[in-house]
Amino acid sequence: MRTELLDRTADVDATLAVPAAPDTPSPERRRRRRGRALIIAVLAVLSVPFVFPTWWMATSSLKPMSEILSSVPTLWPQSPTFGAYVDVFRLQPFAQQYWNSLYIAVLVTVGTILFSSIAGYAFARIRFPGVNLLFLLVLTGLLVPSEVTIVPLFRAVSALGLIDTHWPLIIVPIFGAPSVLATFIMRQFFLALPVELEEAGRIDGLGRWGIFWRIAFPLARPAVAAVAIFTFLKSWNLYLEPIVYLSSKNMFTLPQALTQYVDAYGGPMWNVQLAATTLTVVPVLVVFLLAQRHFVEGLAHTGLKG
Amino acid sequence: MAQTAAIGTGVGRRTSPRRLTAAHRDWIAGYAMTAPVVLGAIVFVVLPLGAVFWYSLHDWNVLANSFVLAGLDNYERMVADPGLRSSLLASLWFSVGLVVLNISLALALAVLLNQKLPGTTAFRTIFFSPVVVSLVAWTIVWGFLLQDDGGINGFLRLLGIDGPNWLRTGPTAMLAVIVVQVFKNVGLNMILFLAALQGVPEDLYEAARLDGAGAWRRFRSITVPLISPTLLLVSILTIVGSLEVFAQIAVLTGGGPGSSTTVLVYYLFQQAFRFNDFGYASAIAVLLFGIVLALTLLQWQTRKRWVFHEN
Repeated sequence: MRTELLDRTADVDATLAVPAAPDTPSPERRRRRRGRALIIAVLAVLSVPFVFPTWWMATSSLKPMSEILSSVPTLWPQSPTFGAYVDVFRLQPFAQQYWNSLYIAVLVTVGTILFSSIAGYAFARIRFPGVNLLFLLVLTGLLVPSEVTIVPLFRAVSALGLIDTHWPLIIVPIFGAPSVLATFIMRQFFLALPVELEEAGRIDGLGRWGIFWRIAFPLARPAVAAVAIFTFLKSWNLYLEPIVYLSSKNMFTLPQALTQYVDAYGGPMWNVQLAATTLTVVPVLVVFLLAQRHFVEGLAHTGLKG
Repeated sequence: MAQTAAIGTGVGRRTSPRRLTAAHRDWIAGYAMTAPVVLGAIVFVVLPLGAVFWYSLHDWNVLANSFVLAGLDNYERMVADPGLRSSLLASLWFSVGLVVLNISLALALAVLLNQKLPGTTAFRTIFFSPVVVSLVAWTIVWGFLLQDDGGINGFLRLLGIDGPNWLRTGPTAMLAVIVVQVFKNVGLNMILFLAALQGVPEDLYEAARLDGAGAWRRFRSITVPLISPTLLLVSILTIVGSLEVFAQIAVLTGGGPGSSTTVLVYYLFQQAFRFNDFGYASAIAVLLFGIVLALTLLQWQTRKRWVFHEN
């Protein structure tokens, strides 16, 4: 990230050096420079509400309750303590809940990529009777928010005896409405892929599956990255479904577990809640900062192709 | 067309059965490859949607285990229900506030970041970072900041301002929920706008500048029309997304104070899983579906009027 930033700065200097006359400090240039300083100042002010909450969360999680409640806010803990972090694991099976969220999100992501890319390929490239009708049928999923179908799905899940299991959190997102956007994005990508790339495979005698696995799928990496990112985040953020389907603490997912750190009166135990929140936010942020280029470009891609 | 027909007759019969099986093999592959997704759509979308319509015609209390055909009773109840009316109003405020703030801030950030400036990559990362943070985690932190003796009021006090109890006061509670949501997701829209802005040819701006067009004029007459397809996509996603807000409400305000932040989905959730009234909840779900459908169709209808097509 840092090197990229330096590159960018170098770029700007290079482009600026061309139009500027060597010996006259033109008022045009000075005005421009002032304009740029203003923009940077505006951006810096705007970034406060994006950065400060995370800072406040992480530092407050190290404060004892008395400091959290003190009327004068402190930007840095006066006497840092890890007590709240111990409580996070003492009060709930937090490691188990962390694992639950993680493995569910990974399974959903892998499953969605697999089925949406196969189907997206077929919808884009194979002419078979009813292909448009079937695609339209799948697209209805885009019009149906998952809240609309939560009652019948809850009833089906409970009739199958799957309440308080992770099955509905895995199967429904892979095959239901949440994966429709993924299928759509994959189809758009394969529509734009040049047909010639497949020809060689066909000449070598590959069937449809062979062409998909050996040629089309490996080429679809940008679209797959985009689908992977937003599928993972969607599963990671799921809240309504877990609180509807799950009832025992061992089965809880993270978003649900975070709201469970309350005292005897139902008030939030702020330091413990913030410590748990820090533990869920920081690793994700670190991964994001390391891979932010792929993240952002992957998502921009969905917008371009969608 | 004529040529392939000629080739077909010219080569004779021997190849046609072979071609037929190849086509058939393609058909089989097509059905097999789409089957999981198609069956999924039927089982998890179409059938449940039909079931919601069916349930909505019933008087169904889960605890009493009663399931009685009641015709349009639930819909008549909806018309007379002040709770539903206030939840529709809350949803409307939330959607309008969110869409206006989110899209204008996203567009402003994208335009600022589209300048060639040092540090834009870092700012882009900063504005995008809340998108990857878990929604409930983000909301909890803001709940901590916004509570009566929380960080925001603490800093305001240092400036000599007595802040309100943001989440427990009618008008500020809804504003708080909107603002929290804007900062969470504005980075996503910003990235989509940035991608669109990078597709706008620089020479158009140059030409406009030579014609003496100011910055605002250039933005209105060049930028907006040229990125209008993205504007459409982003507004559909944002509006439909705004109707689905649930976790933020549940964590920040619990629908309160009073019912001022009880949006439609939260009301549906309460009816179904607090009061166990599945029939009425289904009727509300049908209403929600109707609204999403109407909004999406409306946006596609009007798109010809305001979406600029390059080709």
